[in-house]
Amino acid sequence: MTSELDIFVGNTTLIDEDVYRLWLDGYSVSDAVVLRVCSGILEQTGATAAVLQSDTMDHYRTFHMLERLLHAPPKMLHQLIFQIPPSRQALLIESYYAFDEAFVREVLGKKLFKGTKKDLDDISTKTGITLKSCRRHLDNFKRVFKVVEEMRGSLVDNIQQHFLLSDRLARDYAAIVFFANNRFETGKKKLHYLSFGDFAFCAELMIQNWTLRAIDSQVDDMDMDLDKEFLQDLKELKVLVADKDLLDLHKSLVCTALRGKLGVFSEMEANFKNLSRGLVNVAAKLTHNKDVRDLFVDLVEKFVEPCRSDHWPLNEY
Amino acid sequence: MPGKLKVKIVAGRHLPVMDRASDLTDAFVEVKFGNTTFKTDVYLKSLNPQWNSEWFKFEVDDEDLQDEPLQITVLDHDTYSANDAIGKVYIDIDPLLYSEAATVISGWFPIYDTIHGIRGEINVVVKVDLFNDLNRFRQSSCGVKFFCTTSIPKCYRAVIIHGFVEELVVNEDPEYQWIDRIRTPRASNEARQRLISLMSGELQRKIGLKVLEMRGNAVVGYLQCFDLEGESGLVVRAIGTACTLDKLSSPAALLPACNSPSREMKEIPFNEDPNPNTHSSGPSTPLKNQTYSFSPSKSYSRQSSSSDTDLSLTPKTGMGSGSAGKEGGPFKALLRQQTQSALEQREFPFFTLTAFPPGFLVHVGGVVSARSVKLLDRIHNPDEPETRDAWWAEIRQEIKSHAKALGCHAVVGYSESTSICEEVCILSASGTAAVLNPRFLQDGTVEGCLEPRLEENLPAGCGFCHIPYDELNMPFPAHLTYCNNCRKQKVPDVLFTTIDLPVDATVIGKGCLIQARLCRLKKKAQAEANATAISNLLPFMEYEVHTQLMNKLKLKAMNALFGLRIQITVGENMLMGLASATGVYLAALPTPGGIQIAGKTPNDGSYEQHISHMQKKINDTIAKNKELYEINPPEISEEIIGSPIPEPRQRSRLLRSQSESSDEVTELDLSHGKKDAFVLEIDDTDAMEDVHSLLTDVPPPSGFYSCNTEIMPGINNWTSEIQMFTSVRVIRLSSLNLTNQALNKNFNDLCENLLKSLYFKLRSMIPCCLCHVNFTVSLPEDELIQVTVTAVAITFDKNQALQTTKTHAEKLLQRASTDNEELLQFPLELCSDSLPSHPFPPAKEHLESASSNSGIPAAQRATSVDYSSFADRCSSWIELIKLKAQTIRRGSIKTTVTVEKASPMGEGNFRNRSAPPCANSTVGVVKMTPLSFIPGAKITKYLGIINMFFIRETTSLREEGGVSGFLHAFIAEVFAMVRAHVAALGGNAVVSYIMKQCVFMENPNKNQAQCLINVSGDAVVFVRESELEVVSAQQPAANCQPSCPGGEVTT
Repeated sequence: MTSELDIFVGNTTLIDEDVYRLWLDGYSVSDAVVLRVCSGILEQTGATAAVLQSDTMDHYRTFHMLERLLHAPPKMLHQLIFQIPPSRQALLIESYYAFDEAFVREVLGKKLFKGTKKDLDDISTKTGITLKSCRRHLDNFKRVFKVVEEMRGSLVDNIQQHFLLSDRLARDYAAIVFFANNRFETGKKKLHYLSFGDFAFCAELMIQNWTLRAIDSQVDDMDMDLDKEFLQDLKELKVLVADKDLLDLHKSLVCTALRGKLGVFSEMEANFKNLSRGLVNVAAKLTHNKDVRDLFVDLVEKFVEPCRSDHWPLNEY
Repeated sequence: MPGKLKVKIVAGRHLPVMDRASDLTDAFVEVKFGNTTFKTDVYLKSLNPQWNSEWFKFEVDDEDLQDEPLQITVLDHDTYSANDAIGKVYIDIDPLLYSEAATVISGWFPIYDTIHGIRGEINVVVKVDLFNDLNRFRQSSCGVKFFCTTSIPKCYRAVIIHGFVEELVVNEDPEYQWIDRIRTPRASNEARQRLISLMSGELQRKIGLKVLEMRGNAVVGYLQCFDLEGESGLVVRAIGTACTLDKLSSPAALLPACNSPSREMKEIPFNEDPNPNTHSSGPSTPLKNQTYSFSPSKSYSRQSSSSDTDLSLTPKTGMGSGSAGKEGGPFKALLRQQTQSALEQREFPFFTLTAFPPGFLVHVGGVVSARSVKLLDRIHNPDEPETRDAWWAEIRQEIKSHAKALGCHAVVGYSESTSICEEVCILSASGTAAVLNPRFLQDGTVEGCLEPRLEENLPAGCGFCHIPYDELNMPFPAHLTYCNNCRKQKVPDVLFTTIDLPVDATVIGKGCLIQARLCRLKKKAQAEANATAISNLLPFMEYEVHTQLMNKLKLKAMNALFGLRIQITVGENMLMGLASATGVYLAALPTPGGIQIAGKTPNDGSYEQHISHMQKKINDTIAKNKELYEINPPEISEEIIGSPIPEPRQRSRLLRSQSESSDEVTELDLSHGKKDAFVLEIDDTDAMEDVHSLLTDVPPPSGFYSCNTEIMPGINNWTSEIQMFTSVRVIRLSSLNLTNQALNKNFNDLCENLLKSLYFKLRSMIPCCLCHVNFTVSLPEDELIQVTVTAVAITFDKNQALQTTKTHAEKLLQRASTDNEELLQFPLELCSDSLPSHPFPPAKEHLESASSNSGIPAAQRATSVDYSSFADRCSSWIELIKLKAQTIRRGSIKTTVTVEKASPMGEGNFRNRSAPPCANSTVGVVKMTPLSFIPGAKITKYLGIINMFFIRETTSLREEGGVSGFLHAFIAEVFAMVRAHVAALGGNAVVSYIMKQCVFMENPNKNQAQCLINVSGDAVVFVRESELEVVSAQQPAANCQPSCPGGEVTT
């Protein structure tokens, strides 16, 4: 006796969050069954392994059918095939687009469309995330990137509107897209100590202050590209290092601004010239694409490392 | 020119990409009705086209309106080659043809293609303008309402229950026509879908005609089935119970419920003349109603007689199928005679209902069933489906005679089914023999309704158990005892029925699902020999199924079965029997005895030990079940009766027979004769198997209950969460060494595992009950067994459930109070609606004659009276509703019309539009349930019947996830299409939903599969009880008025 066909269809689509998690994590049906058995579900419910197997298969099939809709979340809201309560829909979408920071850290700033795919294997072994899950991550990034790439208006808003993500997740995606677009180098060994959260924070500030829209909100252009004019302007900052008067003026202004707010104020004051020079040099080079990419490396080299060597507490950056 | 159908194509969304180059689609729409086709413009390069077409108008006969579906085809325009079809939508416009049902169909419909499934959605608005039909020789039956529900629908009252209506239509199956050899499978499937849609429309119209002839206005318990006879054709048959229904002027009347379609309003402007009744003294006098209430039968006598003559002019219209004429005649005569023996005169005193108004059911005899094996032959003349008609007539005749043998004059809970394999067909019919109270069956006994004489005669809760047959002349050896409840009448020790548990029945403990499962191998044979082999096997199967049921019932310590459904399925090399029922302990019947096991070789010591071991296990199980189902009957019975209940005997409540093609009828006595009933003899391995299988049935995990009836006996505190589901399993048997035992075990495991899976899946709903568990078995191929289950899981409140006895008492009390209320409002209803002596004539005739008002249900009248006296209040209320509706409404065109009318009916309409709780702003939730009610909610309006047929096929089975993936997607799509249609009608739920057919065929070698699904149900609008209270609080003044007596019913 073999089971040829075994299905269960509810008027309201049944979704088991635990199984959904396993599916998202890229486990095969048999692995998922093993994991579920380990969770002690059989003892709790008195079910048999066969029941569990059939249940898991069923859920996986449902998820597989839902996946097409998850690729375009607004479709999920309007579709008629699966009757899912709105709160559940939101949860499905949010979990589908949620990502593992370890993975993001690996691909952050890399070009999403080339090369990375064959590296997936390496990333998978490195991070312990299943290959399937890695692929979903990467596909999500690519999808979001592709949709919002040419779009005008706020990056976060666009992502939220087209993928119905929560505010936090949308911000993270904005950071990923921003990094991918500008191809910032984040993989260097020196940068390894920085987490995705740190980069995301930088990205947000940069989107707010360095992009076209930040300069002139009338220009309803995208958030993705850095403002060329602004970068050009940065070049002029060289005078801050070249001209002694200006350097002093700058120093006193900065010191006034930071006085009391900085625990290591005296050290900062002492080293101001070096630090300022480092920063200004980095800033001045940003007109070249390659230097833009190396922004974070340079920053760490020229600014963070000297600071660290002076034993500044890390959280001051 | 009786009707104008208007269709508007608004927009499409999520269309598939048809042009690979641009990743877009140039879509346009063809709208077809009958032979007329309209086209929209091509909307270039968009997956979300906005056609916003003009109104396409079809001027058609109402006959066509009933028969034809509206066909909407979405195509991709192609300049150079033929246009590609994207998909189709069939819309049954029948709901627009009744009064009180939907007034507009408007919404997003999934675009369906037989190969690709759902491909995007299309927004359509459909309206019908019906003109008054002066033609008395018409063939249409617009206005007759159809309900799948097998009880009197919630917001209606049965004035008369006329009786059985049946009809069948045959045609050639397009799949087997010569043209099928040259056309594509897709074209063939589409032809089939179209044909079946057409046939079911025609069938419904014909049934409607019969109902009109019987002077009913509705069909309740409408069951339509398809027989795919392959080469020999396609049969669509339907049975139902004709009734005259009245809309209740209960709370619903003031709420959305009293909804009348605009066309009625146009004809009778309520605001100007709120009560155009010639007999009325004044529209807004509350007294008027009271006067009426005491002279119920006078007011309409004149009208009644005139309409009588009208009707007699109507020619007999039972063309096509043979039995139409046979019934019409006797019925008319009968109605005039008003005799008590009404039922005996009917050809088939059958009722498809399973639940009845209080007092309707007097006694229940037991299950009657008949089966017959037929050889299919080609239907030569589709217009004369005599053979099929004759077959069914024969079976019904048999059922009737069985019922008579049980001393009963009627059969309730009646149903018919078929099982076809190649050219052999088993026709089955079953029902419950019963004695009915004649007052519902004829007119002229109105006074009888008012005096509660029945309630005096029969003590509540046990009357129906009392034997209807003569004690001295019993149809089978039965063991009778005095009723445990009233001590006056005799009752049998076990009762089997096909109906739902009557509301007033006294039950101890809870019920449970009981199934008997059986397989029998059969030699492969051809034609005649095959039919003979099958009919030889049938009696044995019936016997064994029955024994199994009886044993399992005893094991559960219960004494009655409700909702019994025995299904016998025929396959190439085997027969399958599956019986499902809900066991209960009826307080009126005696306590069931245990099960004794006897060995055949008593000398053997170890064997003896084994036997006693088994015996102990059985006794333990019985004790455990008693505890599980909370069966603790009072122990008083024995002392009072005087003698201990003697060891009861097993005997059959089933009378049945098999007849072959040769028409010979063999009666089978299922009683065990003199043998002591509950002794199981273990004399061979077979019997051992039986005992084992008895013990292997695992009870559901704690917190779960299951039954196959509408409600679970012993649980009545349902909470509102429901989950309807369909589960399908197919297993392949290993073809080697197939024996009956192995087969039985496989089948048993299949069913048990399926149930276990369900319990596991629904564990988050605990405590809950699986209701209306409906198993269907089919044998699609040699070694394949397919089991399909549809059921609904309903949560209930555990805390209250524990005090079952108390709640039960409360329930009785509650029932009594509602009865009182019903009595109270009863006379008032009588005054305003047509009297039983004046059975509901076709509404339209009355509308045209301005003097008559009887065509308008009481509810509306009550509201109109109300309106005139409280005009100010109401109009301000309208304002409020308007505001509300503006934001939520769906079909803008329709609603504006109703605003202009500004009549109370308009409000009703509005309320309805806004009633569906749109939790989700984009897609409204549509509930589906096989039950006739929605827990925690009140059904305020029935929108019409949903009856849909789909075919899906694939030539890329593996790519779609194999058979499971294919069927899973298809069933999900079917649900989606049902929901979309209900939502478009303005409804928010489907009740009495049933999947009547799910035929699945696969050919893995060719990577192909095909599936046919037929579903039906009633589209309704429901309002949560909590919301209801809010609404009724909004207009307390109106509620308190004497003119609306039913206003305060708060059930």
